Amino acid sequence: MADAMRIRANIVGDKVEVRVLMSHEMETGQRKDARGDIVPAHFIQNVTVTHAGKTVLSAQWGPAISKNPFVHFRFKGGKPGEKVTISWVDNQGDKRTDEATISGG
Amino acid sequence: MAKAIWIGFVALAIALPCFARAQQDTQKEIERYRELLQDGNPSELFEARGAEHWKTKRGPKNASLERCDLGRGAGVVKGAYVQLPRYFADTDKVQDLESRLVSCMVALQGLSSEEAKRRPYSGPGQPSVMADLVAWIASESRGMRIAPPQSHPKERLAYQVGEKIFYYRAGPHDFACATCHGEDNKRIRLQDLPNLTNAGDAQRAFGTWPAYRVSQGEVRSMQWRLYDCFRQQRFPELEFTSDAAIALISFLAKQAEGGTFEAPAIKR
Repeated sequence: MADAMRIRANIVGDKVEVRVLMSHEMETGQRKDARGDIVPAHFIQNVTVTHAGKTVLSAQWGPAISKNPFVHFRFKGGKPGEKVTISWVDNQGDKRTDEATISGG
Repeated sequence: MAKAIWIGFVALAIALPCFARAQQDTQKEIERYRELLQDGNPSELFEARGAEHWKTKRGPKNASLERCDLGRGAGVVKGAYVQLPRYFADTDKVQDLESRLVSCMVALQGLSSEEAKRRPYSGPGQPSVMADLVAWIASESRGMRIAPPQSHPKERLAYQVGEKIFYYRAGPHDFACATCHGEDNKRIRLQDLPNLTNAGDAQRAFGTWPAYRVSQGEVRSMQWRLYDCFRQQRFPELEFTSDAAIALISFLAKQAEGGTFEAPAIKR
């Protein structure tokens, strides 16, 4: 299973600022290994961030996203102590869900 | 004729400052790029894994590394990196972080030294326990002063040997470390080359390794940095944790003495 995400969620002004680091190889499917064989594509396809039962970010990714992706965004309506849940699913069906608690300004 | 020369001068006078400014701007932009990246440095992912490896039981003795002495007492990780390489009485050797971890894996976990050194650096889809441990242990010295000890004769010897290697010209290109790193304001393409004979540059260089290399997607250690320098110099392969590698690291650490340790950093 994939490593845990590193998530930081802080109140900045009237918004919640979220920073997420994901551990993923993000193989494009175009690279060859030392033997000359194609390394199969392996990348995160769907990212969903939810807060209080609502989706606040939904993304569809492809092989152009870098290895170990970093996501940084803000959303309105979060309060300190509440949870933000982040999930991703990759093209091979691997998935990972982690959550973080919003901390005050 | 005189007019043509005069125009030539004017053109040169205009072109020169422009060139210098363009170079400065490029440098500033590279700095800005590093700053932007620092916030989401994926080294954190490696550090988190390293902290787990430290506590994980491994090897024939089924033991963790939690009793490993990195120079500040058994199990003390905080501030260990900035006081390495140093002399260790139990091995009667000057050791850097990686060679010390190999000793600990052998002594505490019962691994053979070949097993402990089997994968010193990570690759795509192949994480390295050693590289993760280095990332984490280095991160536990963030913000501290670089202060390698030089009180033991073997520590001073390692420094002197390292200095010799630094200036030693050899290989098909008759190259030394000092060829690229012995003068101010040298570059390879856009990369500024630190002058490691000057304290400020040495502090910035030593203080930012290990680092996450964006182009490789891996955290690279100081051992790896030197291994790659040797490769670029067309020297024989620098053996992992060899006396030569430790001597060079001792030299560089001492050059960087007093600087602030800011690794694992992020590099292009």
